[in-house]
Amino acid sequence: MAEKEVSLIKGNEAIALAAIRCGCDGYFGYPITPQSEVLETLAAQKPWETTGMVVLQAESELASINMVYGGAGTGKRVMTSSSSPGISLMQEGMSYLAGAELPCVVFNCMRGGPGLGTIQPSQSDYFQTVKGGGHGDYRLITLAPSSVQEMADFVDLAFELAFRYRNPAMILSDGVIGQMMEKVVLPGFKPRRTEEQIMKECPWAATGRMGRTHPNIITSLELQSEVMEQNNLRIQAKYKECEEKEVRYEEYMCEDADWLIVAFGSAARIAKKTIQLARGEGIKVGLLLPITLWPFPTRQIEALGRKVKGILVLEFNAGQMIEDVKLAVGCSLPVEHYGRLGGIVPDPDEALEALKKMI
Amino acid sequence: MTREEIINTGELVYKKPELLNETPMHYCPGCPHGTVHKLVAEVIDDMGMRDKTIAVSPVGCSVFAYRYIDVDWEEAAHGRAPALASAIKRLWPDRLVFTYQGDGDLACIGTAETIHALNRKENITIIFINNAIYGMTGGQMAPTTLLGQKTVTCPYGREVALHGYPLKIADIAAILPGTCYVTRQTVHTVPAIRKAKAAIRKAFEYSLQGKGSNLVEIVSTCNSGWKMSPEKSFKWMEENMVPFYPLGDLKDTGKE
Amino acid sequence: MHGAVVVDTERCKGCNLCVLACPLGVLELTPKTVNTKGYHYTHPVKEDICIGCASCAIVCPDGCITVYRKKEE
Repeated sequence: MAEKEVSLIKGNEAIALAAIRCGCDGYFGYPITPQSEVLETLAAQKPWETTGMVVLQAESELASINMVYGGAGTGKRVMTSSSSPGISLMQEGMSYLAGAELPCVVFNCMRGGPGLGTIQPSQSDYFQTVKGGGHGDYRLITLAPSSVQEMADFVDLAFELAFRYRNPAMILSDGVIGQMMEKVVLPGFKPRRTEEQIMKECPWAATGRMGRTHPNIITSLELQSEVMEQNNLRIQAKYKECEEKEVRYEEYMCEDADWLIVAFGSAARIAKKTIQLARGEGIKVGLLLPITLWPFPTRQIEALGRKVKGILVLEFNAGQMIEDVKLAVGCSLPVEHYGRLGGIVPDPDEALEALKKMI
Repeated sequence: MTREEIINTGELVYKKPELLNETPMHYCPGCPHGTVHKLVAEVIDDMGMRDKTIAVSPVGCSVFAYRYIDVDWEEAAHGRAPALASAIKRLWPDRLVFTYQGDGDLACIGTAETIHALNRKENITIIFINNAIYGMTGGQMAPTTLLGQKTVTCPYGREVALHGYPLKIADIAAILPGTCYVTRQTVHTVPAIRKAKAAIRKAFEYSLQGKGSNLVEIVSTCNSGWKMSPEKSFKWMEENMVPFYPLGDLKDTGKE
Repeated sequence: MHGAVVVDTERCKGCNLCVLACPLGVLELTPKTVNTKGYHYTHPVKEDICIGCASCAIVCPDGCITVYRKKEE
């Protein structure tokens, strides 16, 4: 296989192939539409025969995320994937992972809810993802790809960030990008770390003592309030650093913009088309595309908010990210939301109408 | 012969295993958890696996098992220990991987993880302490609580119409093709403790040899939860628990 | 055979299991004194008849007991 090759693949397949190529040690997952191709692709690729990556179909999403916890606690690069209802089941595990300060990658291919909802795409897990879906004060480092190429690229990035901050990282996508086929340049192969490298890079990991004088304990439990507060403060300090260093975003046609659209993931693709239509009619609109949903590009939106007359937040939900946009700009200008629910992807024309109504 | 003479020039017959550290255990007086901890520590050291063991502790009284036995540990969410252990063993195939769980953790909230890990033929050992009660949370009814047995959530005794039947997890485990060794032991007498130790050793050996999953159930007591002295609770266990949870090997395919 | 029992009295929780396990009645719980945790701890009262069988130490859930023995020469 060539180091870099161009393929026409689905977003979900890109996640799987990128995982194999970025030195992932283990994937633990459970089938759910619209992301089952991740597990299916891994099973077909048989990476255990090539890179040695473990692939295991678990008995539930509960088991998947706790297998991830088990693997992450030993310093291995491990991941899981699911879609909204399954991700809900994983929330407890993610809280434990964050509490025990363990790195891992979780891919959520969002579908419409609430409840069993629909298998069609949605962005309605924004709150759950960036506001802490599980219990306790924790955050998920969240990357939102808006192309199949970014699906492939963000797997390794998510692992890098997860290990840098010893915290779970989420790739938050949806059924549009998961199921869509696009041309992708797959990343080159990065070897899995050796056991020696893992023990050196993750001196905290429960690998077996291997001559270490003290045992390593992976736990989120601490019954002494004073110590537990310190544990929390340590985690919060880490989050602060992450907020300062890891904000990622993209600006599109913002230089001369009178109006701004804020949209992430597949909604950002719709927004780009809306902007082209608007500019055809002489309306100068730009796009701020948050790539990290947490940490959120608050400062960038605040700065753009000072230049434009109003902001339209385009999301495939009932209005979730709009709260963070409003927090960024305060009451300084009008901020409106446009979205469709239940798995419906809005047309660029609809979004343009919403924008015009605002103007 | 003086005491000093015996100590200074005699033979050391028994000493707490070194792997069981000096931290005083939080268990109630007479709790069998301590005895099983000692056995696990002894077996790990007897096998020379101190450096290559990764253990998983549960939620329940033994949540703090990691404070006492000086191997690497991961503390799992309630019931999920076998899921952690499955992943750990697959990612580190040469390690000795075991979980240590109580009946609420293993036989109730974690039944799915337990049965599937066992039946996936994960090369792990599950040490299962069955004392028929939720100890840590204050003595509530467990899936293994006997019919007629009183707990704070079945204060008039467990009855079928209200609570259904006690669950024999080891019996289920024994019929799963993924299990290699399933045994039920106690630690209430010296001979029983010796047998339990041999069972733990066998289970650990089998899991290292890749022969499949192993379940060592220790029929146990909860003096505080049962509101009995340690002595009386062992007697109650013998008279009530053991007839319902009969002792001995339920399955051993490792010899073949 | 002569035995000697050494008890880590601070670790002992006074559960009495060692007292019951001893075939010769060597051990008893202290009737009045307690350790810093407030437990009546075990101690040998008839050490001269101890044979060092270690039953007490084996059943001790807290690993408080160390046992030595020596053959009569």
